[in-house]
Amino acid sequence: MRSLRSAALTIFTWALVLMFFFPILWMVFTAFKSELDASSIPPKFIVDLTLSQFEDAFNRGMGFYLMNSLIASVGSTIIVLMLAIPAAYGLSVRPITKVKDVLFFFISTRFMPIAAIILPIFLILKTIGGLDNIIALVLLYTAINLPIAIWMMRSFFSEVPLEIIEAAQIDGANLRIELTRVVLPIVLPGIAAVALISFIFAWNEYFIATLITTVDARTAPPFLVSFVDGRGQFLAVLSAASTLAVLPVIIAGWAAQKQLVRGLAMGAVK
Amino acid sequence: MTTTAPPQQGSIAVAHAAHRTAKKKARVARRLVLPALIFSIVLTQIPFLVAIVFSTLEWNQLRPDKIHFNWFANYAVVFTGPDFFSSLISTVTITGSSVVLSLVFGLMFALLLDRKFTGQALARTLVITPFLVMPAAAALIWKWSMLDANVGMVNWGLNLVGLPSISWNTDLPVLTVIMMLTWQYTPFFMLILLAGLQSQSKEILEAASVDGAGPIRVFESMTLPHLRQYIEIATLLGSIMMLQVFDPIAIMTKGSGGTKTLSYLLYERAFIGLDVGQAAAFGVVTVVITIVTTSIILRSLFSVFIDGGKR
Amino acid sequence: MLVTKRTLAIGAGLVVSALALGGCTAPGSSSGDVVTLTLATVNNPQMKDMEELKGEFESAHPDIKINFVQMEEGDLRAAVTNDVATGAGQYDIVTVGAYEVPQWGQLGWLTDLTDTLAADEEYDVDDLLPAVRTALTVDDKQYAVPFYGESSFLMYNKEMFADAGLEMPNNPSWQEVAGFAKELKTDDRAGICLRGKPGWGDSFAPITTVVQTFGGNWYDMDWNAQVDSPEFVEGVQFYVDLLQDAGEADSVSVSFTECLNLVSQEKAAMWYDATSAAGILEDPDSSGVAGNVGYAHAPVVETAESGWLWSWNLAIPSTTKNVDEATTFVKWATSKEYQQLVGETLGWTRVPPGARQSTYEIPEYKEAAAAFGPITLEIMNAIDPVQPGVNPQPWVGVQYVTIPEFQDVGNQVAQLVADAIAGRSTVAEALAKGQVIAQAAGDKQK
Repeated sequence: MRSLRSAALTIFTWALVLMFFFPILWMVFTAFKSELDASSIPPKFIVDLTLSQFEDAFNRGMGFYLMNSLIASVGSTIIVLMLAIPAAYGLSVRPITKVKDVLFFFISTRFMPIAAIILPIFLILKTIGGLDNIIALVLLYTAINLPIAIWMMRSFFSEVPLEIIEAAQIDGANLRIELTRVVLPIVLPGIAAVALISFIFAWNEYFIATLITTVDARTAPPFLVSFVDGRGQFLAVLSAASTLAVLPVIIAGWAAQKQLVRGLAMGAVK
Repeated sequence: MTTTAPPQQGSIAVAHAAHRTAKKKARVARRLVLPALIFSIVLTQIPFLVAIVFSTLEWNQLRPDKIHFNWFANYAVVFTGPDFFSSLISTVTITGSSVVLSLVFGLMFALLLDRKFTGQALARTLVITPFLVMPAAAALIWKWSMLDANVGMVNWGLNLVGLPSISWNTDLPVLTVIMMLTWQYTPFFMLILLAGLQSQSKEILEAASVDGAGPIRVFESMTLPHLRQYIEIATLLGSIMMLQVFDPIAIMTKGSGGTKTLSYLLYERAFIGLDVGQAAAFGVVTVVITIVTTSIILRSLFSVFIDGGKR
Repeated sequence: MLVTKRTLAIGAGLVVSALALGGCTAPGSSSGDVVTLTLATVNNPQMKDMEELKGEFESAHPDIKINFVQMEEGDLRAAVTNDVATGAGQYDIVTVGAYEVPQWGQLGWLTDLTDTLAADEEYDVDDLLPAVRTALTVDDKQYAVPFYGESSFLMYNKEMFADAGLEMPNNPSWQEVAGFAKELKTDDRAGICLRGKPGWGDSFAPITTVVQTFGGNWYDMDWNAQVDSPEFVEGVQFYVDLLQDAGEADSVSVSFTECLNLVSQEKAAMWYDATSAAGILEDPDSSGVAGNVGYAHAPVVETAESGWLWSWNLAIPSTTKNVDEATTFVKWATSKEYQQLVGETLGWTRVPPGARQSTYEIPEYKEAAAAFGPITLEIMNAIDPVQPGVNPQPWVGVQYVTIPEFQDVGNQVAQLVADAIAGRSTVAEALAKGQVIAQAAGDKQK
């Protein structure tokens, strides 16, 4: 009886999971179809698979836009870590007065709707010639991801037992050694989680990219929209381009899901 | 409570030394925080100040010869026109429903995936995927491949079981956006809640069920209270992200039928209206309202802002 | 500092090398005696053809290189507006829609081409279609040349009409079309496909033409908004009713591309949209209805014609340093010679339509576009962009109003009408709100 119920629950779980995953599965499947098969109704489940849609996506310059996405997300993630690690450490292990105000300021910058300040940013960038510039994108993504990075990282640092830090200090370790040799190794999974989340957000960002880039610095998300073609079928090539665009993050996320869960769990508690 | 600990009894010299160390530590801490602080101020506060200045100007980008100061005329448009408040309601409706639904589905998936079963790891991997998918790609795939009235899989599925097709964007635009957001953020809630479930001590749970408490009773009296802080943080982070929703609206509903959220409204004022002054005024009001609301929620909900994050 | 110098150096190195990597594919600049012109354009098929053929131009003019920058329509509009408005001078040639040309021309952002074009006899500026040329001219100054142009007409599936025993007149009225649409509608096929996606360039292009033939318009001669006038309401009500009674499913999602799919898969019996759709429908590779489509004038009520008028044009921003070279290219790309080149190398159906009278006299083109070419020319010559509706209007243009606020007004009214299409509000309610929005913009013109 018990095992029967358990089996039923497993089947139920799997049915839900597959339903939930279906749009992604279908996107990948469609990417390997020909245009004609992709838009046929009733849908075709047995078709000749082809790589020509991926070829087509690359021929339209997908590679260049993916490269821009990579630069923007890796670049901003590096700067986020360089700024957030010391800041979070300062806020947790070596408290300054007004911790809560500073912390609150950071988190409130994340609450500020980007849309509210995008026009001033746009006009400032225009004045200094920073439109369609990948460095501007890197800096903006850094500003967006910094608050959550500091917030999460502060929780990780709070987990580090004070005794360990004090022991290091008594041994005469300076601040740099204290942080790099003693503290960072303990919170490494947390840092991985923060880096991953920062990378995901930057890679997936559409709003800013679509407004402040046009050609040279354009990233993959706004470029995807141009696959919706005013001339005939495009479902298969759109799926192929989307698959290419989501692949790096999905692979990173799958590979690092343990860190993601642990990082979020640690970040959640304090 | 170590670093700011009161001077020890007895020796004045020791007290002095402790005071000096505390001061030095605070100085070092400030130096650590400063780069991030300056960076944040430059990138978010300066544009905001610029927005305040712009908001007092009459300035259309296509009328470059007619820029002039016009006091609070732009704010009058914000508060007397219908756009702002209806957009505020749309934002609250869409974000609120999506957060609640993501929480419910997230909890359900977390509970289902917490038990041992065949392919548990694979199932979890598949469930987190929607959170990883680029929202722009997700919106395009949902629009063209899933919800399309002609070749969409959802309507095909509905017809297959004898239900009529649904005109998603026409008849149910708000629900369409909520559905997309829920699909996208359920994994995020699930991840945090799953971490919460797994941090629960199994022995205590078993002990409780040995003592005769039913599974529902155990869930209510032990699991839920334990999950509370996980639910809070998931709700906080989820709301932050969903408040900014733009992609599915720009790609699918174009702001029609009650889906004009603040993000989309602000975009429309700035980049379609081309009216710099008005767009800035809308932006300033939005920022003030969001910051006030969120500070109230944050300060009342999160211990770190109440006790100052001391340890 | 906490971060070690080495980490910092690695970080900086990564960013720099990444930037260099990104930079290498960026457009190169001019070197030596060769002038490189940067051309910003929409990513429409006709423009892609132009890029494909630019080698011909470059080999004839070894001192000029052309660098194409292709964007989506919305991006192009934003990028070019900013470049031109701030005088950044990034582009030497820009593709501009008929809506912007007169506005930008008046602001002094575009080079006046009148004299240059008139001086070149071989170019034959008088061969350009008069209606299109009128829409690009302000105070007798022509600020752009059309690369291709379009109007709107009614397309119908001849087989479906024959099966139902119906016959489409050459100049149908909207009431007749509504009758056909209801008769031809079945459970899995729309009687007519009409745009419903909110946007001034989406749903409100066809809706404005319907409103105008019903006797309404956006503004009167004194810039008083007319959005809640009985004629405007009647026109929109007709459109909404037709969509609800015999239109396609989920119409708020539907614009040009979606209709094109429905019609080419025989899921719609009629389609009222751009004349440029015909070339795609007649292409057997992508369309299931090639050779089976009939064409009629845009349906009318009170006016004699009701088609819209649009063109994608080449213009030279006044900030460019290479006016002469840019002019040479602009003239080449819109010349008779270029049309021959497209026809001979890429195929005659791909000749950019709707810009020159002489296009329709090329024997090969006449043959290739036999089904839709003559009627397109007929319509393009019948349209009057100065007064498309029943009453005179204070601007030149059919489905748009050439004021900066129109994109915004059009979009907002379109969103309100989308609510009416979905049945969440009535047309009268939607347009009463629209009137307020339109009046605010109108007041700025007074």
